[in-house]
Amino acid sequence: MSLQHLEEATFDSAVNAAPLAMVDFWADWCGPCKMLGPVIESLATTYDGKVLVGKVNVDDEPELAQRFGVMSIPTVVFLKNGEEFDRKIGVMPPDAFTSVLDANL
Amino acid sequence: MSYEVLVIGGGPAGLSAAVNVRMRGRSVLVVSNPLRENPLWRAERVDNYLGLPGLSGAELLQTLHRHAENAGVSFREGRVLNAMSMGSDWFVSIGSDMENAKAVILAAGVARAKKFPGEAEFLGKGVSYCATCDGMLYRGKPVAVLGYSDSAKEEAEFLSSIHCAVTYFDRPKTCTIEGGAKVERVTCNGETVPVDCVFILRPALAPTDVFPAIALESGYVAVDRKMATNLPGVFAAGDCTGGPLQASKAAGEGLIAGQSAAAYVAELARKGS
Repeated sequence: MSLQHLEEATFDSAVNAAPLAMVDFWADWCGPCKMLGPVIESLATTYDGKVLVGKVNVDDEPELAQRFGVMSIPTVVFLKNGEEFDRKIGVMPPDAFTSVLDANL
Repeated sequence: MSYEVLVIGGGPAGLSAAVNVRMRGRSVLVVSNPLRENPLWRAERVDNYLGLPGLSGAELLQTLHRHAENAGVSFREGRVLNAMSMGSDWFVSIGSDMENAKAVILAAGVARAKKFPGEAEFLGKGVSYCATCDGMLYRGKPVAVLGYSDSAKEEAEFLSSIHCAVTYFDRPKTCTIEGGAKVERVTCNGETVPVDCVFILRPALAPTDVFPAIALESGYVAVDRKMATNLPGVFAAGDCTGGPLQASKAAGEGLIAGQSAAAYVAELARKGS
């Protein structure tokens, strides 16, 4: 599984089926999101086949952003079988994300 | 676009650093607020800047800025929000955009304001430093802007234009941010407003907000004789490293930081990264 762009219609079926998922809420008009983009992309490659790594554009999918109570972007939400268990708000180095993923694989 | 060196701050330290990077033949971008928002701009008369006595702060800044322009320095207006190291590059976010460089020189002046009660606690949960980033998440909702610069007013207008219900506080001295899981209200100068988000727009973010891992000493950025910080490729100069908070000292430190950054870039190139 490489990086997936998730939409409201397909979001639940995608994350519910994933034992472990990591979803980046972002937008075009957000510099910090652009900075985090390459980190998320490299994690999608590193964890290919083990973790569903997805992105949600909050401009296109405001309902999803509201449902997850996203109050600042970038926000990265971690889910197990569709249930959120952790989140990281703001720009962080890759190990902030890999530590959560590795502890829950 | 990619630069070899990125300078945060366009005062005497940042401009001196940028000129000296150019003198070593490296490309450099200065990211700063408009010149007139520099605290030095308001100084009526500066008499201890060697060789240029009697200028006003504004005249001195314009003179230094012209020098940097003529030296081939690139400029960009904006506020730096984050910096992160990726491989041999530093990525820096500026409002809704980003830039990258091999080395960064922090010369953003001294962060004069202390954080308000609730500010750190609710950061990302209804406290934001970036109106262009997070504004869209609060369309149709009540927000407060605590504005500490002229550009903050423009950002408040942007928030109104995307239908946020904006309460603007002009340079409030005392504010308290309260709520539960997220921000519910803000009290500034005794006036309480129910809000979903508080945008705090200061001239510059604190060094530790931009570089979470940067080392401080007595509240200022810790540097060695080369103006190197504890972060590889990050140098600092001027007021942010401590007093005396004077233009000559800032320019001198900027020179060292500029040369050190240029040497760092040269060393990276020699190693082939």
